[in-house]
Amino acid sequence: MTALDELEIRVWRGAADGHYQVFRAPRRANQTVLDVVSWIQREADPSLSYRFACRVGVCGSCAMTVNGKPRWTCRTHITKVAKDGRLTIAPLRNLPVIRDLACDMAPFFEKWRRARGRFEAAISRDDPLVPISPDSLERRAADAAVECINCAVCHAACDVVGWRPDYLGPAALNRAWVAWNDLRDRDRSAVLRAANAGAGCGNCHSHQSCAEHCPVEINPTRSIAGLKRAGLLALLRGSL
Amino acid sequence: MISAARNHPGYWAFLLHRLSGLALVFFLPVHFWVLGTALDEAAFTGFFAWTAHPLVKLGEWALVMLLAVHLTGGVRLLILEFLPWSEGQKARIAASFGLALLVGAAFALGLV
Ligand code: SF4
Ligand code: SF4
Ligand code: FES
Repeated sequence: MTALDELEIRVWRGAADGHYQVFRAPRRANQTVLDVVSWIQREADPSLSYRFACRVGVCGSCAMTVNGKPRWTCRTHITKVAKDGRLTIAPLRNLPVIRDLACDMAPFFEKWRRARGRFEAAISRDDPLVPISPDSLERRAADAAVECINCAVCHAACDVVGWRPDYLGPAALNRAWVAWNDLRDRDRSAVLRAANAGAGCGNCHSHQSCAEHCPVEINPTRSIAGLKRAGLLALLRGSL
Repeated sequence: MISAARNHPGYWAFLLHRLSGLALVFFLPVHFWVLGTALDEAAFTGFFAWTAHPLVKLGEWALVMLLAVHLTGGVRLLILEFLPWSEGQKARIAASFGLALLVGAAFALGLV
């Protein structure tokens, strides 16, 4: 048991072949996991590597594995995850570890590109705006998926990404679902083809680990199921 | 122990579906072999006597449970993937497992 005014934190040090190092930090009334990591870096070991920017749950850069679950650390309160005063903090799963708590995010964003999760306009800025009704099916589907903060928590939670590293994964496919539902895109069927390609949505087992852990309550499983359905319909119509 | 990140109903349902599927892959060849013995009356009668054994009855019940779990779980997945999304996924997981349990209970009552 740790003292009431103290936390015992095991922190991952080094790259993939690293180890845990134990730190003790003061326990405060109002404290996030990111606060604790910052305290360690400022007061105990300035060589600790980790990433953050906004500290308010907007930028998506602070995700780590906290007591076995991927989480956004700036909005995860210690009272919620370390009732007994013990914490184990590791880098995100399914991404190459650079050092300590910092992962290489390049493979994650590469998948967004492969999933064609990028808006490509059909018209130029000189053309009149295309009206999109807020009530349309497509707009509502895109709305439900668009607020992703690119934190890679879902990517770390997904076992299929672990089993098959080239699988596009929940975040990139969720993004492709937004692009597919964007009626202003100049080639929506290209999105559907990219999302349904070999390492695409067909690999998803609908575990819902992604939806379970997404900090902003996006449901990638729902988006992926939508891509599967749209892909199948297009295939039957001969337009995939 | 299931790891913290996997400990939620969607993953339990996946595990049940995968494990019941694997178990059936091993069970079904045995089942077909037994059906094959029906062509030879003496062997089949011998086998029939053997099925009266309580352990065999337990095995039969387990087979029915596996089939029920795999079937209801599979139907749930088909609904998830082919029909419009519903937010009640956890309730559906509970319902599909509950239905499998009912089938298992009914079969157990018929056995005794
Ligand atoms: S539902 Fe699909 S994308 Fe989400 S964790 Fe499971 S396999 Fe991965
Ligand atoms: S879908 Fe959610 S968990 Fe995944 S990257 Fe976006 S915000 Fe993070
Ligand atoms: S630091 Fe920006 S989301 Fe946590």
